[in-house]
Amino acid sequence: MSDLTKLTAAEIAKRISDGDVSAEEVTRAHLDRIAAVDGKVHAFLHVDADGAIAAAREVDAKRARKETLGPLAGVPVAVKDVLTTKGVPTTAGSKILEGWRPPYDSTVVERLRDAGTVILGKTNMDEFAMGSSTEYSAYGPTNNPWDLGRIPGGSGGGSAAAIAAYEAPLAIGTDTGGSIRQPGAVTGTVGSKPTYGGTSRYGLIAFSSSLDTPGPCARTVLDAALLHEVMAGHDWRDSTSIPQPVPPVVEAARRGMTGDLTGVKLGLVTQFDAGEGAEPGVMAAFHDALAALTKLGAELVEVSAPHFQYALPAYYLIAPSECSSNLARFDGVRYGLRVGDDGNRSLEEVMSLTREAGFGPEVKRRIMLGTYALSSGYYDAYYGQAQKVRTLITQDFNQAFEQVDVLVSPTTPFVAFPFGSRTSDPYQMYLADLFTIPTNLYGGPGISVPCGLSDGLPVGFQIMAPTMADDRMYRVAAALESAVGTLTPPSLEG
Amino acid sequence: MTTTTLPAYDDAVATFEPVIGLETHVELGTNTKMFCGCPTDFGGEPNTRVCPVCLGLPGSLPVANKAAIEATIRIGLALNCSIATWCRFARKNYFYPDMPKNFQISQYDEPLCVDGYLDVEVDGRTVRIGIERVHLEEDTGKTLHVGGATGRIHGATESLVDYNRAGIPLVEIVTKPVPGTGALAPEVARAYVTELRDILRGLGVSDVRMEEGSLRCDVNTSLNRPGEEWGTRTETKNVNSLRSVERAVRSEIIRQASVLEAGGRIVQETRHFSEETGDTRPGRSKEEATDYRYFPEPDLVPLAPDPAWVSALKAALPEPPRVHRKRLQESWGLSDLDMQSVVNAGAVELIEQTVAAGATAAAARKWWLGELARRANESGIELSAVGATPAQVAELQTLVDGGKLNDKLARVVLEGVVAGEGDPTAVMEARGLAVVSDTGALTAAVDAAIAANADVADKVRGGNLAAAGALIGAVMKTTKGQADAKAVRELILQRLGAN
Repeated sequence: MSDLTKLTAAEIAKRISDGDVSAEEVTRAHLDRIAAVDGKVHAFLHVDADGAIAAAREVDAKRARKETLGPLAGVPVAVKDVLTTKGVPTTAGSKILEGWRPPYDSTVVERLRDAGTVILGKTNMDEFAMGSSTEYSAYGPTNNPWDLGRIPGGSGGGSAAAIAAYEAPLAIGTDTGGSIRQPGAVTGTVGSKPTYGGTSRYGLIAFSSSLDTPGPCARTVLDAALLHEVMAGHDWRDSTSIPQPVPPVVEAARRGMTGDLTGVKLGLVTQFDAGEGAEPGVMAAFHDALAALTKLGAELVEVSAPHFQYALPAYYLIAPSECSSNLARFDGVRYGLRVGDDGNRSLEEVMSLTREAGFGPEVKRRIMLGTYALSSGYYDAYYGQAQKVRTLITQDFNQAFEQVDVLVSPTTPFVAFPFGSRTSDPYQMYLADLFTIPTNLYGGPGISVPCGLSDGLPVGFQIMAPTMADDRMYRVAAALESAVGTLTPPSLEG
Repeated sequence: MTTTTLPAYDDAVATFEPVIGLETHVELGTNTKMFCGCPTDFGGEPNTRVCPVCLGLPGSLPVANKAAIEATIRIGLALNCSIATWCRFARKNYFYPDMPKNFQISQYDEPLCVDGYLDVEVDGRTVRIGIERVHLEEDTGKTLHVGGATGRIHGATESLVDYNRAGIPLVEIVTKPVPGTGALAPEVARAYVTELRDILRGLGVSDVRMEEGSLRCDVNTSLNRPGEEWGTRTETKNVNSLRSVERAVRSEIIRQASVLEAGGRIVQETRHFSEETGDTRPGRSKEEATDYRYFPEPDLVPLAPDPAWVSALKAALPEPPRVHRKRLQESWGLSDLDMQSVVNAGAVELIEQTVAAGATAAAARKWWLGELARRANESGIELSAVGATPAQVAELQTLVDGGKLNDKLARVVLEGVVAGEGDPTAVMEARGLAVVSDTGALTAAVDAAIAANADVADKVRGGNLAAAGALIGAVMKTTKGQADAKAVRELILQRLGAN
């Protein structure tokens, strides 16, 4: 393995900027790594080698002209296949979009390009970001670099696995109920979900519009913060984008790296310990991390969030409702797959056949759930009621943040599970997001940072902050990282 | 006792009381579409005024057009509505290929403007039409079915979709049910749409052209026997002119009455009005109502118009058409009855513009309500579509006033104008219709007439001036009517030494 792939994004950027290495060399090293290991990992759905080399050469040319380079110029990035990339295939992990090349870049991708990062390709995911294991990708699952027989989390398993396997130092994910944080947790990487509206959704193929949030995936907290600053910020093309400056996340990460958390109050949600809870190995690693944070000066406070127990059911009404509408456009009329258009069948038949063939089982399940929840006569009982729960959960967060700076929990109740072990019972799969979903309903930021191993598999520690106070969670996450260190997966060679 | 067969309509409204309601869609004249920056102008090659947003491509997001919101609020204010201090867009979900996202961004239970009214005058009576709501939504694309005989989907070999219209801002104005208008219901419906159109035009928010579809009207009609509950209503679509609004209500009243008289029941359905036959035909049944699964549009933030802004918009509203008409009536010196006939003919604005172009009010009214109204009626078209512009009418009158045309010639010139031959002066010259004012030519014609009618000339010389008429007639004949009769008479008397 080339040493270049083991470097952090911050180190790569510095070496390129210092002229120690060219962006093209860095890019080729990662393309080589992908060629070597992605057959085992299957993190990528599409590798854009030509585009990546061209982008890298542009950075090298800029540097030769002595132009100022951005903080991540020349650093390779993998992009979840749910964000549009102009002229580059974008499938959202679905057969229904196979072969579609978008005519436009998403805002996040545009900002990555403007910053001089090098987009390596598009990463695997559960179809339309619905799932917690990438087993619902229409193109086959991604394998966890820690144990190729286990899931890498989802929906953004491809992005998390790509960085865990050193195929890329950075990746972009999207988080609707935990799709950045849970894969981060089970692959031993950092996954950050910014404040909803802090990063633009323009060009993000919508699953649940009121919840979807693009965010950074990285191997260190500082790298995640650097990527966060590049991709975030107001975008007029997204009405729900917040017209405020990006919280100072890089500064906060650097501050946290000093290992001082004196005066910082961490809230432990009492309700998270009740009910299904997390498996013992996860709880053990979590409590070890709490002890480490206390040593750094943080104070632990128990807080009550009585409505968190309703977050999962509320989420599984709101997200499917929005998805049932968002996914209506995939009908075979304008782009993507079309099935059964033999000149005799009616339009409705062709639409039905296309959707029948083009969508996988989990997407169909959620479209049906959502269609039902929005139906006349059921709307108030389901969608309407879920919105009320959402308001109550937001109140819980607001009250908690009057007492503490951040809330902490395990990211996910269990470590990476073997393929096939949770696909037969959707509820068992949905439980993976038990601790991450409340944050999405509230709209605040959350980050997962590795805190140790359980039975040799990574455990994630989640930190949740108030809306537009993303910097707080980066500070705590960086402090924890300084105490427990980063995790290195077993070698994929041989 | 004598049996008279009443006309079906009179019969219908003698037995039943109609309740009408109108839903009007107005395409706003904003520069750009409702949720993206694409241009809105009519025409253009299919699918050239589109972008990822109005094509609903995966990942695209809408951004609301402020100018469209402003126009909607102004419409609401002009219709005496309350303006919401907080409201949302909603998604209306249904599958149809002309709708790129398979949902339409519209408004549902939180419209921008609610609870207003519009007063219209019919037959000297003021009828207050309640306005239920005014809301903002996006238009759909257009589907063209080719290869079939009817232009309908049935029998077509291909269906083509043009998304140029998709996303154009559309305002929907819905009235409350209007009962109690009796036999006047069709005229009330027409008067309402006319008044609404004038208000919208005055606000400058739309070009309100019914024939191009920028103003579209659906008419709801139901009948009930006096004292009974309102009947089942039908919704008539495809009503594309003011005249059709009136005809559609009238024909639906007749149809429903005959169904009810025969003991049948009215089916709640959408019907289509036919310009050719003047009646309505059933469309899709609404008995199995589509469930649109409305829910608040999560891609857009709620609208919260600043009350100060709304107040400023209200203060800057133009004079309402009714007030404006009252002022015109006074300046034109018309009686209420005369003004009513001007309004009924749809000639207010035409006369106003003709006067602005230099004609007197009396002359403008004469042309528009006379010759031009006659032609419009004959062709079954709106007066504004008759083929002459106010500027042309004013020019025609200037030619008459200047003695270049007499009344008879002016009508011939107008015929040429209406036929598209050009402006009045050009038509006059091209057709050689000007009054002969060349004294030399006229004198020659007079002398020839005197020579040819020596006996008549003698009578005139002898003081029988009335006999000059025969000589005038002869001159007019040789000049093909293009001489000024008064000038001819004077010339004859002069030549015969009789004046």
